[in-house]
Amino acid sequence: MPIKKLLILFLALSPLCSFAGVLRCGNGTDIRSLQSGIHQVPAGDTLLIAPGTYKQGNLFIRKSLTLLAEGKVVLDGEMKDEIITVFSPHVRIKGFTIINSGNLSTKDLAGIKVLATRDVFIENNTLYKCTFGIYLSNTRNCYIRHNKISGDALADQSIGNGIHVWKADSAIIENNESTGQRDGIYFEFVTNSQIRNNQSHHNFRYGLHFMFSHSNTYTSNEFRENGAGVAVMYSHHVKMHNNVFDHNWGPSSYGILLKDITDSEVLDNRFENNSAGIYMEGSNRIKMERNDFLNNGWALRIQASCTDNVVSHNNFSGNTFDVSTNGETQLNSFNHNYWDKYEGYDLNKDGKGDIPYRPVSLFSMIVEQLPPGLLLLRSFMVYLLDKAEKIIPSLTPTNLMDEQPAMKFIPHPSGVSAFSTLDRIKNNLTINT
Amino acid sequence: MFNRLHPQGPLPEPRQPLVITGTAKSVDLPGTMISEKTVHTLHPKQHIMIRLLKYVLLDILKNRMMVFYTLFLLAVSFGLFTMSGDPVKGLASLLNIVLMVTPLLSIIFATIYFYNSYEFIELLSSQPIRRNTILFSQYFGLCISLLLSLLLGVGIPVLIFAPLKQGLILLAAAGGLTMSFVSLALLSALLTRDKARGIGLSILLWFYFTILYDALMLMVMFAFIDYPMESTTMLMLSLNPIDLARVVVLLQLDISALMGYTGAMMQDILGKSWGVMAATGIMILWIVLPLAIAVRKFKRRDL
Repeated sequence: MPIKKLLILFLALSPLCSFAGVLRCGNGTDIRSLQSGIHQVPAGDTLLIAPGTYKQGNLFIRKSLTLLAEGKVVLDGEMKDEIITVFSPHVRIKGFTIINSGNLSTKDLAGIKVLATRDVFIENNTLYKCTFGIYLSNTRNCYIRHNKISGDALADQSIGNGIHVWKADSAIIENNESTGQRDGIYFEFVTNSQIRNNQSHHNFRYGLHFMFSHSNTYTSNEFRENGAGVAVMYSHHVKMHNNVFDHNWGPSSYGILLKDITDSEVLDNRFENNSAGIYMEGSNRIKMERNDFLNNGWALRIQASCTDNVVSHNNFSGNTFDVSTNGETQLNSFNHNYWDKYEGYDLNKDGKGDIPYRPVSLFSMIVEQLPPGLLLLRSFMVYLLDKAEKIIPSLTPTNLMDEQPAMKFIPHPSGVSAFSTLDRIKNNLTINT
Repeated sequence: MFNRLHPQGPLPEPRQPLVITGTAKSVDLPGTMISEKTVHTLHPKQHIMIRLLKYVLLDILKNRMMVFYTLFLLAVSFGLFTMSGDPVKGLASLLNIVLMVTPLLSIIFATIYFYNSYEFIELLSSQPIRRNTILFSQYFGLCISLLLSLLLGVGIPVLIFAPLKQGLILLAAAGGLTMSFVSLALLSALLTRDKARGIGLSILLWFYFTILYDALMLMVMFAFIDYPMESTTMLMLSLNPIDLARVVVLLQLDISALMGYTGAMMQDILGKSWGVMAATGIMILWIVLPLAIAVRKFKRRDL
């Protein structure tokens, strides 16, 4: 009778799993103080907090528990202190509105801070005007999802990062929105982690800031209108797939800045309306495939310190400069990309152009050496210079070329829908005004 | 069109009689002008100016070249806007065409027209009309007709496809260029009596402002590469009307962000109202100065 035994076993065990203790505290209950609620609830149980606004300073969590908001629960730090600090593993924080953390120059105060622990689950919270939003330090297996973090970076430049992860392993950051902070998402010394489906926009500095963080994957995120775009630095084995880098537009703004990145992948991303789509420095062995570079100032700026990168099957369309570089030797390869400025032909109709395309224009070389020279952009003289150089290349790197460029825009199954033209105009207008 | 305007070719039929009777009438009776009931409060000389202007304008508008110019601009603008899909991108491509074609056509057409109306001008000079009036009627006739072409050929497509601030600024810049290159045309036509040399000078001026100047600027910038060149660059840009127009429009097209520090600085200046006023002022100088020299030359000339 294995079924009967199983049934008995199930009945015997079910109270343990489904009826874990719930303690209710807060406004209208016996326990007004949340900290004493945390103190009273047995480890492993749920603390349910009644609706209302609480101005009770810093809550310390030193045991495993689930902290749950019943309806709208606002935790107000009154600009004084940190709001929730977690020290123990297996903590779950769900559904809170956390506002007004303090701001100190000696200590990083956050909305939710997790210190030296593991398996902390933070979801569905709204954080507003916190110096740092969610701050993980020395953690493992933490899961942060569906949080909305917004700061006031323009009003207060001493603000911190939206999601700040320092020294962590196996973190998952998913479906969050971070805006108005210094960096939307900040990773330093983080390994084996994933950043998925996040929106990071209108941040003061970077949408995503990434240093000394190896073997991480970030997919399907959207980084829009951040002060300086996204910076990925000093890391290896980073995978960047299906992200959108849109309208990171400013004098020193990049879609992504890749600095000293090695053995990584940049696949199926869309770079649109950025001052520079990708800016690479000291980066080697990066595979760059099936990306769309649309309407950027520079689609790709590869400094001469980059070697063995493979750029293939990308679309380059509507960019002021397709590729620019600062050196004469080039050790990267470009294959089968679509270039809207290509003027070659395809006699055998195999979809590949019969003559190579040189994506580096003379003018882009001039501008690389002489930045104010960009004021001559769209001058007729510049057009003539570029034409002459195209016919007899002498100053541009001779081996930087796409031997068999694609004749047609390559459709990518990435599923990232392009912004409508109207949206783009609106963006342009808001930027101007 | 060039044949029609060529001195050896047949003169345009309707112009001579029309103009002569018109001017003769108004010039014969300068004193009685005020008593004529059609005239209201206008000063008699202004009245002559307006009548002259009307004849010049009608004459130019009947010119086939103007029709071609308008149609060309229309075709190019419609083509670029429909091809690019994105209005801002369309404007950027249109900028290239406008910066090259508008000054070229303005300066060459105005020079040729001035030489071809030389007999008419001589005739007018024998009448008691101030020379200012004669030259200004020529100038404004040319300007108004060229601006009209521009408004039809570029203005209508811009209003249809890109009714944005950027579009209007492009139109304004093109208008300024037209007016300053007509001024330059009159100047070069008055610098030499020989038509071929005059036209050659016009083409040279266009070539200088379109290509040579930028090349020289690039040379200067390279020569002083180790020095901060931002303000000098801006000064150099304002010494060329085409560059001035180009940069004003480029900054509107969001490209300033590309230009790094220089662009930020330009945007900072031209984004403010006094910057726009300064740019407009310099453009007006580019219209007024050559015209003033031309007027001086024309007044002192022994016709």
